Amino acid sequence: MKQSNSILDDRTTPVAKSASDSAPVVFHNVSIRFYGPPVLKDVSFTLGAHETKIVLGPAGVGKSVLLKLTNGLLKPRRGHVDLFGQNLSELTEDQLFPLRKRTGMVFQEGALFDSLSIRDNVAYQLHVENIPDEEIERRVREALRFVELEHTIDFFPGSLSGGMRRRVAIARAIITQPDLLLYDSPTGGLDPVTSNTIIELVVKERDVYHTPALLVTHRLQDAFTLTSHRYDQELGHMVPLPKGETDPNTSFLMLNEGRVLFDGALDDLLRSEDPFVREFLS
Amino acid sequence: MALTEIDSKAREIILTIQEYSISTWRAVSNLFRPPIYWNDMLIQADVIGVGSTTIVILVGFFTGGVLAIQSMATLSAFGATAITGRFVSLSMVRELGPVLTGVMVSGRNASSIASELGSMVVTEQIDAMRALGVDPLRKLVLPRIVACVVMLFFLTIVADSFGTAGGAAVSIFMNGQNSTQYFSSAYESLVFSDILQGLVKPLFFGFIIASIGCFYGLRTTGGTQGVGRSTIQAVVTSSVLIIVADFLISQIMVALFIK
Repeated sequence: MKQSNSILDDRTTPVAKSASDSAPVVFHNVSIRFYGPPVLKDVSFTLGAHETKIVLGPAGVGKSVLLKLTNGLLKPRRGHVDLFGQNLSELTEDQLFPLRKRTGMVFQEGALFDSLSIRDNVAYQLHVENIPDEEIERRVREALRFVELEHTIDFFPGSLSGGMRRRVAIARAIITQPDLLLYDSPTGGLDPVTSNTIIELVVKERDVYHTPALLVTHRLQDAFTLTSHRYDQELGHMVPLPKGETDPNTSFLMLNEGRVLFDGALDDLLRSEDPFVREFLS
Repeated sequence: MALTEIDSKAREIILTIQEYSISTWRAVSNLFRPPIYWNDMLIQADVIGVGSTTIVILVGFFTGGVLAIQSMATLSAFGATAITGRFVSLSMVRELGPVLTGVMVSGRNASSIASELGSMVVTEQIDAMRALGVDPLRKLVLPRIVACVVMLFFLTIVADSFGTAGGAAVSIFMNGQNSTQYFSSAYESLVFSDILQGLVKPLFFGFIIASIGCFYGLRTTGGTQGVGRSTIQAVVTSSVLIIVADFLISQIMVALFIK
């Protein structure tokens, strides 16, 4: 986690991250099961320093489990996960907390604390770290401005729509300027317009701040938008890349039946001969 | 077949006790390592303690009254109605004050703790808290345990006082007993071991209520139905454990102080 006082002040230009350029996430033959058959089997992949990896796959294939393994919310039965160079399996729960603080996570339904206001939700981590109130207020407003929801600062999560809750969850995830972002189906169950707003925020975070990210989705349209668009800071919105170009830092990981079926760039994915991949893309 | 079922049930119970012991120890050990969330402790003290005061007052007062009514009928047969105050105060301070307060607070707060934490589990709020680098055992469990232990101690004193007052109301206003006689008898009969016994119990009961409520809340599975299940388990288990703990503490106290 970078030690800036502001969420945005040192992030307004696409500068190199202060985090190490080494891969923030590496999965080594990870397997996990709960009560039935294995959910993930021998999953291995690497997330590069400034890479956004889109995790695709049908519902129930273990995409959310994969994200929870990434920041140690779950522990693998076999294999291990390296987060910022540390083997999570060797760490105790107490030792995992500092690593998790460097990671922002957006949950499927937002997972906002429903008894707290939007201000307190977004500021949750800052309150815990005993940061002065004025500083918290400034950073919360900046984070909410980033997701265009500053006016909801005094609301409670129950009074927000599903899309707004996801945007607040994004604000909560980015307020400490994490070194890694994990998005768990941020557009699941939302209408196309709201989904597009969320994807634009993800693109903005990727292109302006270069935060590496794992994004779980089963919506191909969102995945293709991410690879075919960039965020234009001057215009203040997302614009399509020239025809035939794709974002070089965005790649795909496709899961099926608990295994990695594909790991690579969009062009390779489109050329894949695997019958499942072809069926999924069709 | 029956043996297999017994075996698997026994394993399940042992596993549950093991999980409870580990998670409760992890929560309590945080009391000696910063950060400690004092604000959360105060909030919980208000919710658990101040929020339960009314029911504790009502239960204490009417229990004391019932004790006076029932004892009066028996004691009058021996011409011993003068010791009604002693009967009521001893019963309240030693047993009924702590146990009834424990059971009432368990019904009110073990359920609310389990359902609150259970709802947070099923809506991924607990995972979100962990993902934000905050330990739920430190942030949610420890403040509830500390608040419940401290506040149950004071609530028991409230229940004892109002129980004695309830007995007095019945003895004086309904049975025409002299108030000085009642209160003298109630006060003089109490000795150090009675007070100690009555005030040690709520410390254990408070710990049981909060730790069991948190434990079942945090292991909730199965959506909203699971929250209901956890709530029931928390109330039933904590109530039963309070009675069992009462038995054990009474045995120890009697062995120590009454020769």
